[in-house]
Amino acid sequence: MPLDLSFTLAPGEVVGLFGPSGAGKTTVLRSIAGLFRPEAGRIAAGAEIWFDSEAGLFVAPHRRRAGLVFQDHALFPHLTARDNVAAALGHLPKAERAARADALLASVHLGDLADRRPAELSGGQRQRVGLARALAREPAVLLLDEPFSALDRAVRLPLYAGLEALRGRLACPILLVTHDFDEVARLADRVLVLEAGRIVAEGDVGSVSARTDIAVIAAATEPGAVLAATVAEHLPERCLTRLDTVAGPLLCASVDAPLGARLRVRIPARDVILADRVPDGLSVHNALHGTVAAIAPQARGIASVSVLVGSATLPALVTTDAVARLGLAPGGPVVALVKSVAVTRPAT
Amino acid sequence: MDWEAFRLSIELGLATVAGLAPLALWLGRLLAYRSFRGKGFAEALVALPLLLPPTVVGFYLLQAFGRASPVGAGFESLLGRPLVFSFAGLLFASILVNIPFAVQPVQRGFEAIEPSVREAASVSGLSPWQVFRRIELPLAWPGIVTGLVLTFAHTLGEFGVVLMVGGSIPGETRTIAIAIYDRVQSFDDEAANVMALVLLSVSVVALGITNTLSRRIGRRHP
Repeated sequence: MPLDLSFTLAPGEVVGLFGPSGAGKTTVLRSIAGLFRPEAGRIAAGAEIWFDSEAGLFVAPHRRRAGLVFQDHALFPHLTARDNVAAALGHLPKAERAARADALLASVHLGDLADRRPAELSGGQRQRVGLARALAREPAVLLLDEPFSALDRAVRLPLYAGLEALRGRLACPILLVTHDFDEVARLADRVLVLEAGRIVAEGDVGSVSARTDIAVIAAATEPGAVLAATVAEHLPERCLTRLDTVAGPLLCASVDAPLGARLRVRIPARDVILADRVPDGLSVHNALHGTVAAIAPQARGIASVSVLVGSATLPALVTTDAVARLGLAPGGPVVALVKSVAVTRPAT
Repeated sequence: MDWEAFRLSIELGLATVAGLAPLALWLGRLLAYRSFRGKGFAEALVALPLLLPPTVVGFYLLQAFGRASPVGAGFESLLGRPLVFSFAGLLFASILVNIPFAVQPVQRGFEAIEPSVREAASVSGLSPWQVFRRIELPLAWPGIVTGLVLTFAHTLGEFGVVLMVGGSIPGETRTIAIAIYDRVQSFDDEAANVMALVLLSVSVVALGITNTLSRRIGRRHP
């Protein structure tokens, strides 16, 4: 399958490379790491050129500063966790390697398991050793190849939190390959959608998740909006958090993130209620004033109403009967009601 | 007990192992990791000595090493003595017939290493030589030792090829396996029995080592 694509990663950003199996995601990652030699093209990290077919240049993988976390972790089975990490510290004097490896293991919360071999570690622990080893080279880019796919959901959540904490400390870009759009929505600032070797959509997660005209996105996501949000206020006495979003302030159930944290929330289209005015006596916290942007009929009797709130588009799934009763028409005013519990972070 | 034959067998075994080790490492790794045209043919060629009757191998080696052959003539003009019916000729023959015993376990040892583990090593900044020394060798070690132990044990017991190429010259080509045959021929069952027991114990120990090591290969890669 031919790969034909081009993209640039900015320092410190997390980019999701999303696509179905066989779309070429892993090949893209392997090309950057130097494990696969493309027929033609150019790969550069900052001022360092790693591959340039026109100049006949191919830098061997061990001379590229690329950190790669493998899907199957690929730890060295005969070495302890410490030696696994130290193996990637060849650029340091020998005497400093063990201490640096211990520090890296501590940073992924494995400080007390440094003497264990991979066979004595759980899947999640192995993944974190793999991450510490990838970081050991002080990489120019961190490549994550479906790092969570081999792990249980319960193990993934703390690892997501670990990755979110890591990105704040890391200067290099992170390229996350996954076929789980929720994972992209949770972790990535930007997403590249790969299909049959080509990028069919790219942009911030919110706008790409709205591209339900692209089959792979429609299939991978429940209809709804993904909004970028900033934690504005914690209301501990009410167990609520106020988020600032492009659609205005939103109240949701307590979010475990510090004030000012930037994250994304998902609002499923079937959880959005439409009204012609703000009603009284409801449990709903969020009443958003907007205008109807479009009404698209779905399966029999159901319509998807796109509501423009601020600069955000909120899809709402309602019956065609409700559309008729409220007299909704493109350009007309409408109130979107969103329950606090419907506002959640993806992949939780 | 023919101690001279015993010593000669040990010497031949060690020399065969020493001569074959670099070849087995190179060829075993090549067959494990590279795909090339004619690889199936190369693997069949490596296995050939397992199937051919030793007398057939011995016969062809005799033809190839004899005074009339370029190899035999070259050896004789260089060192002033014939290659056949000498220790050097015996060693050469021993190395050739032991190729499958050494190469195949080494190849299995390298094949047992996950490709992603080797890739992870190079992505971690290890040069190809460092990957070989620090990752591949320790992981393929059980296979390598198995190959060398099998080679050693098989050399001690080789009979047909030794008899064809080396004859039975005391101190030069009479190995312990040949000595047993000689003793039986002269109705000295007691001496034959002692030497047979020695060979039996060596074989049992060798199999014990290789079995233990092959289980270790399995354990490392659950």
